[in-house]
Amino acid sequence: MNQLRTNFLLITVAIVFLFAASTFAQTPSPSPTPAQPQNPFAPQPAPPLPAGMTGSDANDPRAKLTPGVDNAGETSMGMKHITLLKKPDAFDLGTNDPNAEKVNKSLSTVLGIADPSKVPSAMKLVLAGLGFANSDMAFQGNHLFLGNFYGVNIYDISNPAKTSLLTSMICPGGQGDPSVYKNLMFMSVEMANGRVDCGTQGFPPPPAPPAGQPNQNQLPAASKDRFRGVRIFDISDIKAPKQVAAVQTCRGSHTHTLVVDPNDKNNVYIYVSGTSFVRQDEELPGCSGGTPDTNPNTALFRIDVIKVPLAAPQDAKIVSSPRVFMDPRSGALAGLTSAAVHGKGDPSPTDQCHDITVYSAIGLAAGACSGNGILLDIKDPANPKRIDAVNDPNYAYWHSASFSNDGKKVVFTDEWGGGLGARCRPNDPNVWGADAVFNLNNNKLSFAGYYKMPAAQGDSENCVAHNGSLIPVPGRDIEVQAWYQGGISVMDFTDAAHPVEIAYFDRGPIDPNLLVLGGDWSAYWYNGRIYASEIARGLDIFELTPTDHLTQNEIDAAKTVQVGEMNVQNQQKIEWPRNLTVAKAYIDQLERSQALSADRISALRTAIQKKDTGNLKKMAPALEKDAGTAKSEADANRMRALADVLKRPAL
Amino acid sequence: MSGNRFYLCALLAAGSLVCLVSSEVHAQQTDTSAPVIVQPGAPGQPTRTLPASTTGQLPPSSPKDTEFMQGMIMHHAQAVEMTALINSRSENKELRLLGARISHSQAEEIKFMEHWLQARGQPTTMPMHQTGDTNMPGMNMPGMDMSKHETLMPGMLTKAQMDALRNAKGKEFDRLFLEGMIQHHSGALTMVKDLFDTAGAGQDAVLFNFATDVDSGQRAEIRIMQNMLGQHPQEEKR
Repeated sequence: MNQLRTNFLLITVAIVFLFAASTFAQTPSPSPTPAQPQNPFAPQPAPPLPAGMTGSDANDPRAKLTPGVDNAGETSMGMKHITLLKKPDAFDLGTNDPNAEKVNKSLSTVLGIADPSKVPSAMKLVLAGLGFANSDMAFQGNHLFLGNFYGVNIYDISNPAKTSLLTSMICPGGQGDPSVYKNLMFMSVEMANGRVDCGTQGFPPPPAPPAGQPNQNQLPAASKDRFRGVRIFDISDIKAPKQVAAVQTCRGSHTHTLVVDPNDKNNVYIYVSGTSFVRQDEELPGCSGGTPDTNPNTALFRIDVIKVPLAAPQDAKIVSSPRVFMDPRSGALAGLTSAAVHGKGDPSPTDQCHDITVYSAIGLAAGACSGNGILLDIKDPANPKRIDAVNDPNYAYWHSASFSNDGKKVVFTDEWGGGLGARCRPNDPNVWGADAVFNLNNNKLSFAGYYKMPAAQGDSENCVAHNGSLIPVPGRDIEVQAWYQGGISVMDFTDAAHPVEIAYFDRGPIDPNLLVLGGDWSAYWYNGRIYASEIARGLDIFELTPTDHLTQNEIDAAKTVQVGEMNVQNQQKIEWPRNLTVAKAYIDQLERSQALSADRISALRTAIQKKDTGNLKKMAPALEKDAGTAKSEADANRMRALADVLKRPAL
Repeated sequence: MSGNRFYLCALLAAGSLVCLVSSEVHAQQTDTSAPVIVQPGAPGQPTRTLPASTTGQLPPSSPKDTEFMQGMIMHHAQAVEMTALINSRSENKELRLLGARISHSQAEEIKFMEHWLQARGQPTTMPMHQTGDTNMPGMNMPGMDMSKHETLMPGMLTKAQMDALRNAKGKEFDRLFLEGMIQHHSGALTMVKDLFDTAGAGQDAVLFNFATDVDSGQRAEIRIMQNMLGQHPQEEKR
């Protein structure tokens, strides 16, 4: 290990020297003739690392991958790339787009590129911006629903290696985060171009005034055709989703969360997180913004709850707008504040949730709410009640949350820079834009540790913590997570205070000189594979491969968990079958942590190989006894769970 | 699948009819396995099927979008200019920190807006400011006196206000700065409201995100500055 580190150091020194030399060589000497115009899109280098902080690792193989939209360099550890399905043309800027001409013009005038048709892809992505960005995903049976700012693409994943596109559903309005429940699909819309009728035309600007006349707005901005809120589709015909309801909200829906009440078979609920400005009362009566002291009805400082009657989804409507930030003592609506972010400035009031993850099995939800992480009691789903709140000086923007399967930990993410910025550079602190793992005991959150994808990324790669899901390896808490252009990182947070990376995949930047929005929005495990929504490039599919950090037995055990539907923000309790595949995973873990002697590991494995149930049953009591003196709680849990399987294994 | 069908076909002695039917079904299946492009209608309305040649279309851009970005660059530049006055005029640590933060974030946002405009082949300055002695390569020149311009964006400090700020020291400077920056930031909120109150404006996804961020970011800073301002009279009473 030390030797390795020294080698790394030498290589770094060499690279830094080479870099310095080449930069020097390329620096144009001052000359009287006007130099080529500086690339105005050149990304900014990171500011110096604050004192006492550690940055990202510039020696990691992910730090220096070759750039490209379609041909970027790739590297991975413990993950195998199965396929990439490019975005369909219906979700890409057409060549006949009126704006294309302007892109080409700016390419030639600003960047001095003579023939724009030869280099346009990255620049076109800049222009399209988020217009066609892939966003979040949902799963049902053999169908994957890939959200996009322009609609939803539905894929057939019955054979992951031969995944095919079934349906491109065009319906713009961003972000397009989808959820599915039986025959219904839900979709978030927040942007000004969203139309009730799913039209792509948006809203026309008024015609230009006659020459010499002052420009007057002939059209009102408020429009009954505009849609910002949650759409509901009937997906009984997967090739022809039909819009059945469109529930308007004051701030639109940046994200939403499907909530299923275990005690109510007839309705589901949608928690709406709006982060954008409040629309005008003329467009949606009753909407007004402002601070609570001047406007007690402000649409800020709340979430909205939609109730969806399953037999009549067209009647879905907002049933409550809980003031989840209220100070319970004073009744003030602005009852929560952020920490002083990065030690600068003052705390500011929290008026929005970005994302909420519900875990109905334990009656709780974790809200990532801009300045705070909050815990909600959701036993009455229409009336969630805040029971705890935390903030953190290293956190700039509380973005999303997930529970460990036992409900004893919560992983929050910090979307420092909003996902649009390069935030994994060697000088970016590894506790900013990171995950924060909290312990959860008696409805109280307490901080345990940070995790940030460790590899340094370039100045042109947007990178920060983003969406992930649990990988159902029994005996461990493992999450696969998207880091935008930082790629995908799989982390083990079994030890909440010391999360570690156990697998990864990364591509080089889309462009070396332009920060083009791209990378992975979400990376989720679903029934044995990892699916990742790449904002600019398409849909990636992976499988896990064994390493020292994760054995084939552990991967096989994860694959035994099969679910019929998955919406990551509606977290479901994972139940493992009581079989020998799962037992083998526990044994591998007890070997790795040296919790059992080599002899006992070997005896267990032999008995399993022979399917000697009689002998296995006899080994269970000793394991249960040893659990009482195990070195760690994780090992104790593994021993008990293993004993439980051995007593009555399903063969 | 198709291999099995041919096999079945060859085995069947019943003849060509069965095989024909079989291959017809197969042809139809091939067709239905191609991806479809659909566009739902308003709730209750039918879903339309679109041709396979359909490509994406960005929402219309409005001249107001360009004006907003150009105006906000000018607006932000004054904030940078104001914060540059702090260190020589105030010892207030909290104010210095706030100033550094505003300066940094507004300078970054100016770059962002310049990129947005340049990518769309638009000038980074408003046409009316491109004449005479204000014809400068960029509007984010440090120390550039924005208040010389006759037209100010909402909330921008007038020349008289800027002069008063420049001539103030200590607590008086702190007060003028905070009042001025609250006025300045409130103007940005007006600009965002104005953008979205204009028909056809603010539909570009990146612009929408940016305007939304400006709105929430400046709202939070106004709140902070109002608190800081509220503390000063109390401190002076002691």
